[in-house]
Amino acid sequence: MTKLWGGLIACVLTLAFLIAASPARSQTLDEALTKFSASSFNETEEGITAVTASGSPRALAIIEALQAGTLVFDPESKKVYIRQGSRLLDAATGAAVDPVPAKLSDVRIINRLRRVLDAAIGSLTLMSPDPKQRLSAALAVYKSRETAALPALDAAIAKETDSRVKLALEGARAAVVLYKEDATEVQKLDAVTVIRDRGDQEAISLLSGLPANTPPAVQKLAQDAIATIQGRLVFWEALQNAWYGLSLGSVLLLAAIGLAITFGVMGVINMAHGEMVMIGAYVTFVVQETIRQHNPALFDYSLAFAIPLAFLVSGAIGILIERTVIQWMYGRPLDTLLATWGVSLILQQAVRTTFGPTNREVGNPSWMSGAFELGHLTITYNRMWIIVFTMAVFFGLLGILRFTRIGLEMRAVTQNRRMAASMGIKTANVDMLTFGLGSGIAGLAGVALSQIDNVSPNLGQSYIIDSFMVVVFGGVGNLWGTLVGAFSLGIANKFLEPYAGAVVAKIAILVLIILFIQKRPRGMFALKGRAVEA
Amino acid sequence: MTGGPIIRVLDRQAVVFLTILSAVAILVPLSNLLLPATSPFHVPTYAVALFGKYICFALLALSIDLIWGYCGILSLGHGAFFALGGYAMGMYLMRQIGTRGVYANPILPDFMVFLNWKELPIFWYGFQSFPYALLMVFLAPGALAFLFGWFAFRSRVTGVYLSIITQAMTFALLLAFFRNDFGFGGNNGLTDFKDILGFNVQAQSTRAALFTISCAALGICFIICRKIVTSKLGKVLVAIRDAESRTRFLGYRVENYKLFVWTLSACMAGLAGALYVPQVGIINPGEFAPANSIEAVLWVAVGGRGTLTGAVLGAILVNYAKTTFTSGILAPYWLFLLGALFVFVTLFLPRGIVGTVSHCWCEHKAKRAARADDAAGAAAPKPAE
Repeated sequence: MTKLWGGLIACVLTLAFLIAASPARSQTLDEALTKFSASSFNETEEGITAVTASGSPRALAIIEALQAGTLVFDPESKKVYIRQGSRLLDAATGAAVDPVPAKLSDVRIINRLRRVLDAAIGSLTLMSPDPKQRLSAALAVYKSRETAALPALDAAIAKETDSRVKLALEGARAAVVLYKEDATEVQKLDAVTVIRDRGDQEAISLLSGLPANTPPAVQKLAQDAIATIQGRLVFWEALQNAWYGLSLGSVLLLAAIGLAITFGVMGVINMAHGEMVMIGAYVTFVVQETIRQHNPALFDYSLAFAIPLAFLVSGAIGILIERTVIQWMYGRPLDTLLATWGVSLILQQAVRTTFGPTNREVGNPSWMSGAFELGHLTITYNRMWIIVFTMAVFFGLLGILRFTRIGLEMRAVTQNRRMAASMGIKTANVDMLTFGLGSGIAGLAGVALSQIDNVSPNLGQSYIIDSFMVVVFGGVGNLWGTLVGAFSLGIANKFLEPYAGAVVAKIAILVLIILFIQKRPRGMFALKGRAVEA
Repeated sequence: MTGGPIIRVLDRQAVVFLTILSAVAILVPLSNLLLPATSPFHVPTYAVALFGKYICFALLALSIDLIWGYCGILSLGHGAFFALGGYAMGMYLMRQIGTRGVYANPILPDFMVFLNWKELPIFWYGFQSFPYALLMVFLAPGALAFLFGWFAFRSRVTGVYLSIITQAMTFALLLAFFRNDFGFGGNNGLTDFKDILGFNVQAQSTRAALFTISCAALGICFIICRKIVTSKLGKVLVAIRDAESRTRFLGYRVENYKLFVWTLSACMAGLAGALYVPQVGIINPGEFAPANSIEAVLWVAVGGRGTLTGAVLGAILVNYAKTTFTSGILAPYWLFLLGALFVFVTLFLPRGIVGTVSHCWCEHKAKRAARADDAAGAAAPKPAE
């Protein structure tokens, strides 16, 4: 690959010199184009050079057409056209030609010309008006470090206005200088500094593979630079893992937080919790479908409708389950576990028969798609918004528990159900509302998950065991425990993944939790006192 | 008490159960092998395999009932022990294939050749010998259960927490066995078996024999369970179930009792798995799925926990229903029915079928006795106040 790029850059530079030296610089595009109609490979090669030199905005299109084999000429009039589907464009102007000339022949190329063409495209892109193309051209030079590229690079750097592209070009220039035989020691030292500041994997291989005749001072600086870069890379990698971990942790937190409050208040493991998440995701799907059909302009606001709806629908179903099934089983937590498992099977199958067993398409609103770079971190918008959303839900819930009457009652029931009942709290109502709240939050989790995961009837199943782990790890009766549990599991998982692979990391986490439970059978933040044995 | 030590532990219910079981164990294979296919009493071969499968499930249910019904430990991961026993048997059967595999490698099973492995992993050594495999059928699930229970019971992990971590255990094993580099055939599991102890596993007579052996295993395990629950040990177990702290305060080492019965139960589940594999002809990681373990708990709940016979009955009934429903036009509704069954049994039938029936029977008898007492009391003169 490097060789190929090297060849390419060499050609570009040869061309650049030719261009600079040629007295025919003023040559027009039309004159250059006539050379394509000569049916001679040598003439065609000159034509390519001339077109590249013309500086015309049409140049790239012509060269690319030639490469794709769509450049044709009329042997009679010696005019050159680009074939585009069924239409014919004038190569010089880009205008459609009508009527189409009767007799046309292709401008033929051979392998030797292909190389020239590649080079011409490279040269055109280093100066291309599109910053992205300039950037990739600069990266190509950075990797190939072709000595001949220097003048063109200097020219490009002088012209460059985009700071990112300029940085890339300067890096490329430094790489070239470092491997140039006749560069002075000072130049090379400067180059090492520039490359050190880039600090990526490529920089390390660049610096460690210096030619043998490099001055010792440069060698030493390069060694230091490698150490610096490696340190920095480890740091960024850790940061990236921490980010992935935060993202996974926030998803876990969102899925587990509702489970934690129902378990805390009622001592009930709700196996149907995952299905509440799934229902939330399907509510999002239905909302988006409705918006698509009736008012596509509102699509970016679909989540604003989906969030309250998902909360209400899941919450209502939760209350229904509590009233019909769970309220008859207090004091029998293991039975409740089985009954809610039954409910989860019914809900899953109901969704499967209504919406079909396959994945349904839920789109990202425009403000949630794409990514941005922060240093060497890549941060996707949807993950970022989910973390924000999770935090909002978490602190909202914390606020409800801390500042509202129902929150107070819920905390009282968590700590000591019988005492709370004696103080006049209607524990049955608290149970119902808690269950509704927990399920509603699961619905919110579903809205968030629909943005990053497949929406299928099995959505809930894939999160339920992880959510249990978070709850038993974090401990019951304290939302902070759930928060710490979710984020430590998420981050631990992502830090193990690079060493062990995703599946083994997950197994390791499960085993670690099983061992951890032995040490602290009630989780990290356990309730203390009599409530424990209740 | 004049009967032998076995007879002594059996009540009327148990005797009826064992009689039916032996009748089935003898009659089903005989009718399959001896009667002509046209006879109305002929049992087709597929049905023998199917019933054999039910019997294995019944054994699994029995093992769950022993710990759940009598000791209050709800395991949501018993499928893991079942599957481990199955894998031990599957490994023996794989080694028996020998050169008849697709790649005809005398040592390596096909999937290892396919994965380009050069030699047999250490944990596959010895599985060409049946006694060793049989030992592993008990040892693999037993050792895992012992280790797990040792940690869990000593640190007093109980109730819902224990259920959740047993589920985590089977889930972790599920993920592990799905991996190819784990050395158990990955996604596809172990299949394509040829011989067991020199008999063709597909043959009608082998299937009939496996059926009888499964019934015998179920019967023996039933007697063992019965022996345990009627002994003093069984009384302590029930005490642990009903008031764990109080039992501990009375001076019993609760964790040792639990560990014993838990490990024994895991070995039984392993045996069930080992009998299951040659009859269905495949073992794959799907058996580790947490849903399977929960379903097995449902069988016990349907039949009646703490009754032993109920577990067997529940396993057979629910699986029979599953076969009937999932093969007909009602297939899409099976999960609705299963889910409803979970809810219905826990809500309205917490004692299960056998439990409810015997409860009613006892109440009826008590009422009759009370009435007789009343009659006797009316005749006798009342003592002075």
